[in-house]
Amino acid sequence: MTNAGSANAIEMRGVTKRYPRVIANQDASLSVRRGEIHAVVGENGAGKSTLMKVLAGVTRPDEGVVEVGGKAYQKYTPEEAAHRGVGMVFQHFVLVPTLTVAENVVLGHEPRKGVVFDRARAESDVLALSRRFGLEVDPSAPVETCSIGVQQRVEILKVLARGAEVLILDEPTAILTPAEVDELLAVLRRLAGEGKTIVLITHKLREVMAVAERITIMRAGRTVTTVEVKSTTQDAVAELMVGRPPKHEQRPPARPRGPAVLEVKGLVARSDRGPVAVHGIDLVVHAGEIVGIAGIEGNGQTELIECITGLRAPQAGTVRIAGTDVTSSDVATRLKLGMAHVPEDRHRRGVVLDFSIEENVILGAPPDRYARMGVLDRGRMRTETLALVKAHDVRPPDPDARMSALSGGNQQKVVIGRELGRSPRLIIAAHPTRGLDLGAMEHVDSSLVQARANDVAVLLVSAELSELLAIADRIVVLYGGRVAGEVDLRSATADERTLGAMMAGKTA
Amino acid sequence: MLDQLGLLIAQTILISIPLILAALGGVFSERAGVVNIALEGVLLTGAFAAAVIGHASGSFVVGILGGVGAGMLVSLIHVALAVGAGVNQIVSGLAINLLVAGATEYGSKSYWPANASRSIPEIPYYRWSGIELVDTLSGRPLVLITALTIVVVTFVLGRTVLGLRIHAVGESPQACETRGLSVMGLRALAVVTSGALAGLGGAWLAFNVGQFQHGMSAGKGYIAMAAVVFGRWRPLGATLACLVFGGSEALAAALERWHVPVPSELVSTLPYVLTIVAMAGFVGRARPPAALGVAHQRA
Amino acid sequence: MRAALNELLVLIVAVLLSLGVGAILIALRGHDPFMVYGVWFGEALGSAGGRSQVIFKTTTLIFTALASALAFRGGMFNIGAEGQIYLGAFCAAALVFVLPASTPGFVAVTAAFFAALSGGAVAALIPAVLKVRRHTHEVITTMMMNFILLSVVNYFLRFARESAEVVRTPPIPAAWRVLRFERGYDGNTVVLLAIVLALFITWFLRRTRAGYAIRAIGSSPGAAELGGIATGRVTLGVLVASGAVAGLGGLNFVLGSPGYFEQHFAPFQGYLGIAVALLARNHPFGIVPAAFLFAVLAEGGQAIQEWAPPELGTILQAITVVFVVLGAELFARWEKRRLAHA
Repeated sequence: MTNAGSANAIEMRGVTKRYPRVIANQDASLSVRRGEIHAVVGENGAGKSTLMKVLAGVTRPDEGVVEVGGKAYQKYTPEEAAHRGVGMVFQHFVLVPTLTVAENVVLGHEPRKGVVFDRARAESDVLALSRRFGLEVDPSAPVETCSIGVQQRVEILKVLARGAEVLILDEPTAILTPAEVDELLAVLRRLAGEGKTIVLITHKLREVMAVAERITIMRAGRTVTTVEVKSTTQDAVAELMVGRPPKHEQRPPARPRGPAVLEVKGLVARSDRGPVAVHGIDLVVHAGEIVGIAGIEGNGQTELIECITGLRAPQAGTVRIAGTDVTSSDVATRLKLGMAHVPEDRHRRGVVLDFSIEENVILGAPPDRYARMGVLDRGRMRTETLALVKAHDVRPPDPDARMSALSGGNQQKVVIGRELGRSPRLIIAAHPTRGLDLGAMEHVDSSLVQARANDVAVLLVSAELSELLAIADRIVVLYGGRVAGEVDLRSATADERTLGAMMAGKTA
Repeated sequence: MLDQLGLLIAQTILISIPLILAALGGVFSERAGVVNIALEGVLLTGAFAAAVIGHASGSFVVGILGGVGAGMLVSLIHVALAVGAGVNQIVSGLAINLLVAGATEYGSKSYWPANASRSIPEIPYYRWSGIELVDTLSGRPLVLITALTIVVVTFVLGRTVLGLRIHAVGESPQACETRGLSVMGLRALAVVTSGALAGLGGAWLAFNVGQFQHGMSAGKGYIAMAAVVFGRWRPLGATLACLVFGGSEALAAALERWHVPVPSELVSTLPYVLTIVAMAGFVGRARPPAALGVAHQRA
Repeated sequence: MRAALNELLVLIVAVLLSLGVGAILIALRGHDPFMVYGVWFGEALGSAGGRSQVIFKTTTLIFTALASALAFRGGMFNIGAEGQIYLGAFCAAALVFVLPASTPGFVAVTAAFFAALSGGAVAALIPAVLKVRRHTHEVITTMMMNFILLSVVNYFLRFARESAEVVRTPPIPAAWRVLRFERGYDGNTVVLLAIVLALFITWFLRRTRAGYAIRAIGSSPGAAELGGIATGRVTLGVLVASGAVAGLGGLNFVLGSPGYFEQHFAPFQGYLGIAVALLARNHPFGIVPAAFLFAVLAEGGQAIQEWAPPELGTILQAITVVFVVLGAELFARWEKRRLAHA
């Protein structure tokens, strides 16, 4: 059924985009009516981000047509998209932290008196704009002092200030608290009410069902179909996303748990900025169990993990690994006691991008494992790297390949293989599946389950409740730097709603 | 006694001028995210060009303009390498300093054959009050120009649209790109401006001494960079820092004059030692522009 | 392999371009570039004396370039070679006051080696400690140390000079002097030490745990820290070691010719070392031919003074560096783009 061109704000047909290792979009399509809230959903790697980048003029497709308001794109530049009234709010904000809200919103189109920047007018313009759309902000506040929710509003204002009629939001709720999510959804409804067209890219189906009118599902680079929210269910959409009925995963079998391997008592720590981020946390992880840490990013998880791994010194409290007090010990000591870590920031902390796979495999190993009297044992390095590459199906399986040439999923496989290959007592995995495609995610999770079966103590930090519910024995929820609640999945059931409440600070 | 103090302050101001000009250039450039180690080379270039052009034209005005122009030209190399191609900014600066060192020496030996007089026309000095300090502050054109430059740079960075954009591009080039601003264009402008300012400082160096001398920048470009850090990337702060560093050099000369029994070699290290002390004491307090030193690639 | 070939190609093109610029400059003076280049390379490479001088200049450059490259690999910029070589050479020359003249040559030479090493290390100590303790950027501190050390050593020279009129240290006994290759010229066997050191550093970086730690910190300090590497200690060690290596740069002067320390005995060789390291893309072994190239350019420059100032050699050196650095960067970007669209 084709509407007349004027009713469709966006029409994308036959979009194909190829990258060296993967076909991101294959004959994908999308059509969005003016004034509707339209969601584009799909798993990681389904192609939705690429399709949106084409729409935003950031990427040029190899084939296909993009029409906005009935007119086709010619140049595929962000300027052309902005000219047509398309504005994109990225998942990772691009704000200038030291400038104020108003300065960020007007940057590039500043009101001026001659050469002088007319600050007063900028602030009043931004205030007016924010009131009109119900996006409360303080125009004179430096952006770095604003909460994530407010920063997102600034990003939206930036786009509205340029006269956007079509707003694309990429994973907007990933880092918001449940309260902020509700606020955002209300804003989106108001914007749609004013005639703006909203395209929402996400994989959070519950929110989609709450706010969108239609959903386009993508899988493996193609558009599967478009459905009306009113006439479908969350499970049905999930099935279309994955291609099979959602597997309500078998939980790993119950195991007796061993002695405590990691003991954190009364930990207090500051963040980089200064204020206290961890307000006294107690945590125990036993051998043979997986403890999950849930919570919206920014509630102290990062600082907690840094204190445990030795990257940050706590203000108070103790950390013990295998009975030894390591609170003020360096990283090397903790590694020697059997600690392993899959860091959140793979590129800066997990691997050395310029080194080969082989040279990354030996990182963190005890001094005499790969070296005799200070000299590296290249033979042993090679043998073990080849074994790791085979066991974890790393591609390309070439020990001399540069780490930077591997995909994110393969890099993570090297990290996991390396960390588990040291036969650790304790492994701390921080957001290990973030940004990975489905296959890599499953591999990581099953490696952790395997480690658990080998009596390793596993601490898993994740933003995906579904992941934690699937493999963790216990889930500890952090809110505001404190333990907001704990659920032992061996003795009780829990679902996303109760956990979500804890994550929002409503303690059980 | 008082006139000695006055002389000391006057000397401080004179010595600090090339430092201040170079440091103002450094503030501009680093605010935009570009480390400009080549300031040392630009100072030297400015001195050389001012000397040659001043000598050839017989006019100090033309000489000064020549210094400024030459500074801008040399800084274009830094723009091409570091901003354009993405070469590491420190490496680019070092290469330029090397080139300038050789080229200015080559140039001066070529232009002035062995025994020729190298002296260049003087900048007029209107000694109207008889008091050294007062005359220095009011009777030397370049002192007044420098003061004006400080005001202009502070104004541009603090209140104009250009200043806002430069601030933005040094903190978050990605944000600027999404707003349709040209990161390379802004950075190129900042670097060329720093070249003009340092070129002016170099011209002053030459005119103050009266001729071009081998290596006459003597590390002043690096001291200026330290002043930028010390002054927290603010024009006024950097100026104050330069006065402190310049003062130490003036003090060293004064100690000689007053026949204080300290070995001259050791006394001459004063500005450099002070720079190290200043750098060691001030790290971690001020935050540099977030994108400083990071080569930007178009998304 | 492919990467190495490409780098060699970039180097050759850069040298040709710089020779082209030089030719233009020579022509502008009204002379025939081919004739001048003929004398240039003929003198530097064609005569035994010239070759000896080239070897002499190469020696110092290898040391200062190794110092620079070692620091680069560890993620740092050591601009202080100029001062480190000065203090190192002075310490070696000052042994004249410490060891009796009857000391056997072998012992004296070894002592001089360690004295020079220590002098260079001490020269780098303050910047190194400040970097680790206060996170002070080493570019400015090492640069300042150059000026400070120059003055301080000249001050020491007041007490170490041969006599009131002669401003240098007393010459070393004949028994301590190293072998020279060509009578009447300066090239001596210290060059062998330099080459051996280059080989050693190459092996050290690639094949030892300490070398691995240095490279890891240079490439990714965050990952190195998480891998248990003691970043503070390694950083300190690298900068001090870099200074020590630079300190050796004057041994061929002190132990060979002229056999004593005098003011400004090796002007600019510290800075040129940085350029040589850049030319060799910080590969320790590539530094040897790169230093040789620079020495040829410098030596030939001395020989053509009838037609052009010797600084023409410096200009050619600098232009070569600029083109190599530019070429390497453009090449890396091209490679990245190629991989992205393969």
